[in-house]
Amino acid sequence: MSGWETVIGLEVHVQLATASKIFSGAPNRFGAEPNRQASAVDLGLPGVLPVLNEAVVEMALRFGLAVEAQIAPVTQFARKNYFYPDLPKGYQISQLDHPIIGPGRLEIVVPTAAGDETRTIGITRAHLEEDAGKSIHDQLPGLTAVDLNRAGTPLLEIVSEPDLRSATEAVAYLRELHAIVRDLGISDGNMNEGSMRCDANVSIRPRGTREFGTRTEIKNLNSFRFLEKAIEFEVERQIEILESGGRIIQETRLYDAERNETRSMRSKEEAEDYRYFPDPDLLPLAITPKMISAVARSMPELPRARRERLREQFGLSEYDARHVGADRATASYFEACAAAAGDAKLAANWIMGELASLLNREELEIEHAPVTAESLGTLIARIRDATISSKIAKTVFDIMVTEGDDPDAIIEARGLRQMSDSGELQRLVDEVVTANPAQVEQFRAGKTKVLGFFVGQVMKATGGKANPQQLNELLRARLEDGD
Amino acid sequence: MSIDAEQVRRIAHLARIGLAADEAQRYIGDLESILGMVERMRAVPTDGVVPLPHPIDVGQRLRPDVVTEQDERELFQTDAPAVADGFYLVPRVVE
Repeated sequence: MSGWETVIGLEVHVQLATASKIFSGAPNRFGAEPNRQASAVDLGLPGVLPVLNEAVVEMALRFGLAVEAQIAPVTQFARKNYFYPDLPKGYQISQLDHPIIGPGRLEIVVPTAAGDETRTIGITRAHLEEDAGKSIHDQLPGLTAVDLNRAGTPLLEIVSEPDLRSATEAVAYLRELHAIVRDLGISDGNMNEGSMRCDANVSIRPRGTREFGTRTEIKNLNSFRFLEKAIEFEVERQIEILESGGRIIQETRLYDAERNETRSMRSKEEAEDYRYFPDPDLLPLAITPKMISAVARSMPELPRARRERLREQFGLSEYDARHVGADRATASYFEACAAAAGDAKLAANWIMGELASLLNREELEIEHAPVTAESLGTLIARIRDATISSKIAKTVFDIMVTEGDDPDAIIEARGLRQMSDSGELQRLVDEVVTANPAQVEQFRAGKTKVLGFFVGQVMKATGGKANPQQLNELLRARLEDGD
Repeated sequence: MSIDAEQVRRIAHLARIGLAADEAQRYIGDLESILGMVERMRAVPTDGVVPLPHPIDVGQRLRPDVVTEQDERELFQTDAPAVADGFYLVPRVVE
């Protein structure tokens, strides 16, 4: 263990899944043609006024309740002033002194060598703001192309306390946030499309000391993997500097995924000075107990509660519950699958095994799984009632993926049904035993490993359809009996 | 409260205001008199006074989450100095 302790705080930007933008009636959708979704308000044209979207407020409150946060009785928007072409007003409407969500906390499960460890991470605040547009620098020489579709997209910026102590913890925290915002239905959490992005404040200090070291901020990390890699790189970089007698400079750094390194963004000649002030276009918003209780009544089940329920209701292990309970979509799939299968443990195994690797390979979300939960459940039920073996089930599963969904139809059409006629199986056993006297001798001389050879031969003859257990019994009886 | 020419230039830069050489001196006087006024106001006892975030004493009204805006890109882009393929074009800026 190194003599340095890592200290990390995360700022996570979550795009809220509203129909319209935070301050205008323009659509909030990803992937439209450039500037087709930028209204006069989003463009900051003269004479327009922002009007706050009620769904944005409700979503922020949902998040606040999910992390047991203090909710501001009155919240206020402020202007954050800076000049950049994708910020047409010259300021971003954000919140400074009166964020809608105050201090809260989030429990995370951190996998360690000694097993899962639960930690509580402080949430400093969460505030609402508008996203900026997008600048594209590499399309036209000497020019920057600006797409303002994203301008005015509602964002919830969630700021954590510097409570995280490793890249692994930071990833566990971000994963839990990701699961929560998806479960709450406030964001699709799609990191590829920028629906969730993260800045990491990283510093180190000698283990056992309390004072924080100088921190650097790594901007715009848009995947769990990049977050982990960027922190690991940055911690090593800081350790090297301090151990060689250097000094950390407080600065903003960018993570370069291709080179796996962080590097300094050209430091501005002057420190940032956003000259925040209350936005006169927006009045203070009172959050009434009535609003809060209406949101409280509509709160869905959250990841932690769900994991506990899955353990109790289905008798799953902590490990299985964490995986099939990772998000609501996976949990629903699991519950439907387990019901059809009549076996929760087997259903969990298939979901974490065959299905997970399929989804990984095809880069699909479980909502778009090519095999429905009910069909996978039926397939598992066929293993349980001994219609097919586990091995044949994998073959059926692959056919379900490529050709169609109904496992029973596939089993029938391809004659994959396990051989239930013990007379037929006995005949094949006799044949194979008679045809291989040398191996029979070996078996009888105590080399019982050759049983596998006989199993293989008979399986081959049946096209894999023999019930493995039944086959084993018949073979042993035949070989041990003599003759 | 006194300010110097460097501070004036800094503030002008933050606001992207161009200043002629002799103007900085003039603004020093203007800004110092504004800050002097603020200093005098600070003498007023305000303990127990609730901060007034906005002169209009009503709460923010909310808008239902529905799409009400049409695509008016062509109209908006007639005012832009340069556009291509639907993008607004500006001199290259890279952070």
